[in-house]
Formats: sequence, C-alpha cells, structure tokens
Amino acid sequence: MELLNLARQAILIPAGIQDGDVEKIMSRLLSSPVDAADIYFQSSHTESWVMEGGIIKEGSYSIEQGAGVRAVSGEKTGFAYSDRIELPVLLEAANNVKAIVRQGQDVQVGLLNTKNTAFYYPVANPLKSLAEQQKIDLLRRVDSETRKLDGRIEEVIISLSGVHETILVVNQDGSLAADIRPLVRMNVTVIVVENGRREQASMGGGGRSDYNYFIDQNLALEYGKEAVRQALVNLEAEEAPAGNMTVVLGPGWPGILLHEAIGHGLEGDFNRKGTSAFSGRVGERVASDLCTVVDDGTLQGRRGSLSIDDEGTPTEKTVLIENGILKGYMQDKLNARLMGVRSTGNGRRESYASLPMPRMTNTYMLPGSHNPEEIIKSVKKGLYAKNFAGGQVDITSGKFVFSASEAYLIENGKITRAIKGATLIGNGPDVLTKVSMVGNDLELDSGVGSCGKDGQSVPVGVGQPTIKIDGLTVGGTSV
Amino acid sequence: MQNQEEINRLKNIVQDLLDEAKRQGASASEAGLSQENGLTVSARLGDVETIEHHCGQGLGITVYFDQRKGSASTTDLSPESIKETVSAACSIARYTSEDEFAGLPEKDLLATEFPDLDLNHPWGISVDDAIALAIECEDAARNFDSEISNSEGASVNTHQGTHVMGNSLGFLHGYTSTRHSLSCSVLAQRGESMQRDYWYSVARNALNLEAASEIGKKAAQRALRRLEGRTLSTRQCPVLYSAEIASGLLSSFIGAISGGNLYRKSSFLLDALDTQIFPEFIRIYEQPHLKGALGSAAFDGEGVATKSHDIVSEGILRSYVLSTYSARKLGLHSTGNAGGVRNLTIDTGALDFQGMLKQLDTGLLVTELMGQGVNILTGDYSRGAAGFWVENGQIQYPVEEITIAGNLKDMLRNIVAVGNDIDYRGNVRTGSILVERMSIAGE
Repeated sequence: MELLNLARQAILIPAGIQDGDVEKIMSRLLSSPVDAADIYFQSSHTESWVMEGGIIKEGSYSIEQGAGVRAVSGEKTGFAYSDRIELPVLLEAANNVKAIVRQGQDVQVGLLNTKNTAFYYPVANPLKSLAEQQKIDLLRRVDSETRKLDGRIEEVIISLSGVHETILVVNQDGSLAADIRPLVRMNVTVIVVENGRREQASMGGGGRSDYNYFIDQNLALEYGKEAVRQALVNLEAEEAPAGNMTVVLGPGWPGILLHEAIGHGLEGDFNRKGTSAFSGRVGERVASDLCTVVDDGTLQGRRGSLSIDDEGTPTEKTVLIENGILKGYMQDKLNARLMGVRSTGNGRRESYASLPMPRMTNTYMLPGSHNPEEIIKSVKKGLYAKNFAGGQVDITSGKFVFSASEAYLIENGKITRAIKGATLIGNGPDVLTKVSMVGNDLELDSGVGSCGKDGQSVPVGVGQPTIKIDGLTVGGTSV
Repeated sequence: MQNQEEINRLKNIVQDLLDEAKRQGASASEAGLSQENGLTVSARLGDVETIEHHCGQGLGITVYFDQRKGSASTTDLSPESIKETVSAACSIARYTSEDEFAGLPEKDLLATEFPDLDLNHPWGISVDDAIALAIECEDAARNFDSEISNSEGASVNTHQGTHVMGNSLGFLHGYTSTRHSLSCSVLAQRGESMQRDYWYSVARNALNLEAASEIGKKAAQRALRRLEGRTLSTRQCPVLYSAEIASGLLSSFIGAISGGNLYRKSSFLLDALDTQIFPEFIRIYEQPHLKGALGSAAFDGEGVATKSHDIVSEGILRSYVLSTYSARKLGLHSTGNAGGVRNLTIDTGALDFQGMLKQLDTGLLVTELMGQGVNILTGDYSRGAAGFWVENGQIQYPVEEITIAGNLKDMLRNIVAVGNDIDYRGNVRTGSILVERMSIAGE
C-alpha cells in the first residue's frame, strides 16, 4: 500500500480525522494572509531493552503521537502543538497560530496527494522484525560471547532499541506527503579492570533498517569485540600531551570534525541571520583544495537518511565545500524563502512538539588519493585520533571541540603509545585549510550519532577518510 | 496555592492505571503522569519572531511481576490507550529477568508530609505583553553599545505543569508548579572578531525575574567583553570557574557518587564514603524543601521522601546519592534521590567575585566550557574553554580556543576557595570556585 494511505491509517483514522477535517484546519490557518503553513502529524512507537549484570534488566515501550500546526509570515512564525489529535483541539491551535498575522481572509483548501519519488529505507516495522524472544536471545548471545573475550572484563552492558515512526505533513497548497521511518540502534559498553585500574569503552551502531541488521554479518558480536578492544587499549593509555600539534584523524566517526567545525556553521538559519562565522562567505576558500564535503540525506539505510524531510521536501546530496571553496548552505523552507533560494531538504524537527529548522543528515568528506599508511608515515611527531565521543561548536566565534576516546602518539612516522582521551579544540573557518593529506579510505560511521540544536535532538551520520591536519590544539594534561 | 481540580483529575487517571495493572496480574506497580501548558514568545531585531503554544502530556507505568519489571509510556490518555500501555508493560515483564533488587521503595521511606513548597505562580502574561517584554529586553542589549552588531533575539517563556505519581503501596500525590524565564542573546563585532553571548533569568514566580533591561544589558556586556580573544601558550596555572559554570564541577562530583555509577563500578569515587574528597572547609548539602526554589519537591521520582542532608562536611563524603534500586544493589537505603539531587548547595567563603580574582592573582578565569570531556569512571577531565587571563587580580584580556585539563579527584581535593557570588538560577547553588592548578593547552 502506498505511504500516504499507510500514514492515514496509522494516525488519522484511529483519531477519527477525515481528509475534510484536515482541509478545515488548513483553511483556518490560511484565513490570515500567511506566507506558508503546515500541519505535521506524527506517531512514533519506540522500544528498548537493556541487558546488564548478565540479566535482561529493563524493557520499555512508548507511544508518542500528536500534531503541530505552524503559520509563517515573513520572518514571523506562529506554532502550536497537541498530543490530542482531535478536530476541535487542532482548530483552536490553528486559531492561536494564525494570530501571528492580524488581518483576516477567507480561504478554502483542497488536499492534494503527493508521491515520494525515492525511498532510502524499507517501510516495515522494525519492532516486529524479531519476536520478543529472539531479541532477548540476541542480547544474551552478545553478552555471553563478549564476556568470553577476555578475563579482565568486569561488566558488559548492552542496549537494543527500535523506533517505528510515521509522519504526515500537509502544506499550505494542500499537498500531503508521508513517510514511514524505521530506526534501530544497538550499543555495547564494556568495563575492564586490571591491577585495580578500571576503564570502559563503548561500541555500537544502527540505521534505518530492522533488527536483522545486527544479525546479518554478525554486527552485534563485532560491537562487543570492538568495545573490548578499545577498553583494553585504554588500560594501557598514558597521559595525553597538551598543546598544538599535527593531528591525524582516522576514517569514519572522526568525521564529527566536519559536523562541528563546518556543518552547523553552514545551516541556513544562522546564515540568513548573519550570526555564523561562515555568513556571506559563499564562493570563498574555507578549506584546502583537497577537501570536498557534502551533506547527503539520500544514502540507503543510513541513520541520518530521510526520503523526505519534515517539511515534505525530498532530501538531496548537497555540496557544502567543493575543492576547498564554500558552495552553499543547508536550507529548510523558511530560510530558503527568505534567502531567495530553494530548500535543500534539510528541514527537520525532533517531533510534532518542536519547530523545524535546518539540520544536517549525513555529513561527510569525499575520499582523496593518499594511502592511510603514507599519511601516518609523513608525521614526525603528532597525534593519531581513531575514535571520538561527542563535540560542540560556537557557530559565531567558530570555535569547536570534539573529544577523542581512543588516541595514540605518532613518533617518527609510527603509531606508538596509546594515550588517554582528550578534547581537541580548533577554529571552524580555518581548520580545514590546514588539511594537508586526505586518504583514499572513506568510511561512514557505524550509525550512532545524535545532534542537538536548540534543545532538539535528531539522528545524524558523519564520515570521512583518514585526514591529516597541520596543527590542532590537543587538551591533554602533560605540559 | 495548588491547582487541586487538575491534580484530582490526574490522580484518577493514575489510580486507573494502577488498578488496570493489578487486573492484568502485576504484583506491584508505579505510575507517573504529567500535564504541561506553556507559551514561548521570541523577538528579534525589534519585532516578534515566534509565538509557540505548548500543550503536552505524558504518562508512564512500571509493573512488577514479583522481581521482573516492565515499563511503558504514552502521550495518549484515552482509556483504551491506558489499557494498551499497561498491557505493553506487562508483556515486557514476561521477558525481563528476575532481579532480586527490583521493586518498589520500602513503604516507610515514602513521603507522608506534603508541605506547600510555594512552587505554583501562574504568570498570566498575554501574548502581546510577552512580545513587548521580549522587545524591551532585546532593545536594551542592542542599544547598549554600537559594537552590538546583530542579535539572536530575546525570548519570554512561561510554563505550568502538574505532576502526579502513585504506586500500589497506596502512595498517590501530585503538585502543580510554574517556571518562567526571560533570556537574550546578542552578537558583538569589532573588525574581524565576532562573538555571541547571552544572559537569562528563571524563577517559579515571574515577580522574581530580573528586569528585562538588566538581562539585555548583561547579554550585551558579556558579548562585548569577549571581543578580540586570544589563545594562550600551553602551561599550568590556577583556574577560577565563574559561578555560572562552577555548578558543572559539582554536578560531575554528584555523578560520581550516584548509585548507578557506583554499583556499576564506573566512578572514580568508589568506596569513598567517609573519606576526604574535598578540603576541610567544604560542605555540600541538599535543600529539597526550600520554598519557591527551582529544585524543590517533597518526594522523589519514586515517591520517597526527600530530605535535607549533608553530602559532604569537613570535606568528607557523608552520603551517596541513591535511588531504591541502586541502594539495594549497594546494600544501603534510598536517599530520596531517584531523579537526582534537589537544590544542591555549597557553603561559600567570605570573598566576593573581586576577592576571588585577587585570590586567583595570576591565572585563568573560565566563563565558558565546551564539549563533554569528563570521564566519570577515571575522573579524567579535558574540556574546551573560554574566559579571561588575569594578572595580579586584574582581568587582562579575553582568551579562547584553549582547553583545560586535569583529574577530577585532584581538582576537587585542591579547591582553594568558594566565592559568595552565588548563582541562584539552577538546581545547583554555588559561587565561583578556585582550583589550585590545571593544565592549559593552547598554541
């Protein structure tokens, strides 16, 4: 069955809402002369399971549903939401929202079905892709196999979660768009102890898929192995160095550099308002000519992928930086209209209860020509950072941080000692100008990223090949 | 003043949930329900930018079949949805394991006294008045100085919520609380240097909010003072955490003595009870019954009575921070901290902010921290920072693009002084905190 009818059945029909009711709400919204309006219906079912201390300790199931109505006039936005999908409640919400404009008019809207043109994930419900007992068996197997790997393992904590989300968005022209979005995630945390020293590490992944994603190719067991490997490395880690030095970032998840250093600064809202360190710099050099960076919502099954964004716009592969030159920004409808460009399909919202804004999807750097070993070999003294925890950026000053969770010293072209995690800090507009080598080993992350902006969290992806940066500040303790 | 009618309506729903759980065979259950309403208005460049009406609700239930547990939640409060939610929780409990530590709190720990904590003060501000207030706040910032070049706007937020919780031991209580805030964020520019900063005020009662013009002015001053920041050379020096970020240091400490991290042995303060963690002059305590305060509540997330108690005195750790489950895992009793600490307070010394700068003498004043960079298991600490370089007790120039690093165990033990410049805006009440020595990484 097509997506629109599935979405109607999941959200509108159980609430007793007919197409005619949706037309009434939209007509009410448009009874003020607004520039744009939308109604966003969402129903999302989430489950999670936690195994800890060798037992299935927790399980939870949650249902979140509601609708948000929005009217936009110029730079002004009126917004209201409710968990109650009921006609009188939504008409009242529409009344409150259209008050952003004070004159009135009379408008009738007719709904217009649209069809998605691309599908980057299956519509199946991931929560039903395994029977409950199979989910439990998966957790138990990962637990027992992981515990067997090393005698120094003290605790293994495994979580498994899945989301089945249906959205239906109605725009002011009456067009209706729908999407059904699966998302699964698994994580293994390991605590190891040796001679009284305790360390931990985590590894996980997931994507817009179902639970079989973790079973095919034994990914679940790989997460356990990788968490153990990293935790044991941390047992050996020495004080991290402090100061400015050459830094080589490994492939994959270290691409969080791109997300923090330039990604947020290239979101349309900050650039329309002129509050970003990248404002007004399209066409200028912001990276070495080795760097081409894209934001791509169209990758099959990736955590950050979307067939349509939360405003009903199909996602794209948007070139942000091409051979070092800033090409463009990521846009939602409101900021695109105000800047006289088109939406790039980056309008995203955490849920019906929050306003959409320009957000990243999967942000990554395209591969270069260097062999990763060559890159390491070229460094006399520096840091090799292989894995990271989170990051943060001040988009106005351009300063960004990201925290290494697995790192090594490079001495005379060789990776030598493991060092403790440390925060790296740099300046977004110039860090990529210091990229002097780009590897041929592009990897995307395993599907663990969540990005926060204005209190809203959305799933995202990052990726990059191995890259060398000639000078980044490493925040260790060894001065 | 309490919103009794709404509380009773929600109590009935919670009781229905608990009854339904019993009908479906649960041996014990607990449930919580929240209903929230609010308004957020923001203005930018002298005109209204967004008007947001909030209306949310949610309920959650946890059921026990002897020692097996299942949880479920929903935003749909219809009778059919309640039944389904309870069924979902019960179905999960068929698959979770027997856990000898799982279960409701001991009955004698549940709250039995419910003093009026003065938390409910509806503002009743109209949308138009909220717009006017936001514009007044932003105008004060934009007109403060010609170098204030741009704005992210000012916003007014008012929020009222009712929360009810109950369990199958007969506990069923609720309260209504309000929270209002006013904030402003502006940019300053001088040549190539562009900086942004903000200020805000938050209170249970709108009468206690800082004046809009003061908030705007402070936001402007804070953005201006950051202009033309420099980095520092890599070094070690004393670090003064300004009051508004010092709370993070105490929150990391609380994380390390929280039951969940202790029983998982993922804390740098394992087995630290009754040992010296801080210097002798430090006392840290909880004040959950403080009238009108942001963190106040008579009971915790499980219905256990909250109580005022010392967590640290004479620098010695006197109590962990425990929920029922983590307490049982450790062979102890709940400290009424399911959901965290409430109005955590540190005794301050005699020095005000200027006095603290003098005490710092030459070193780094940190006013902003970036990133996570705190490892509670090992105590390793490394974060991005911005602030000011201080010499002879005088601020010299702004600094940015540096990191500060150390180990929390040493940092807590080597606190030199706590200022009396207390920031009352959050759940952690502290003045500025001076740490004897940390590693600074820069150019």
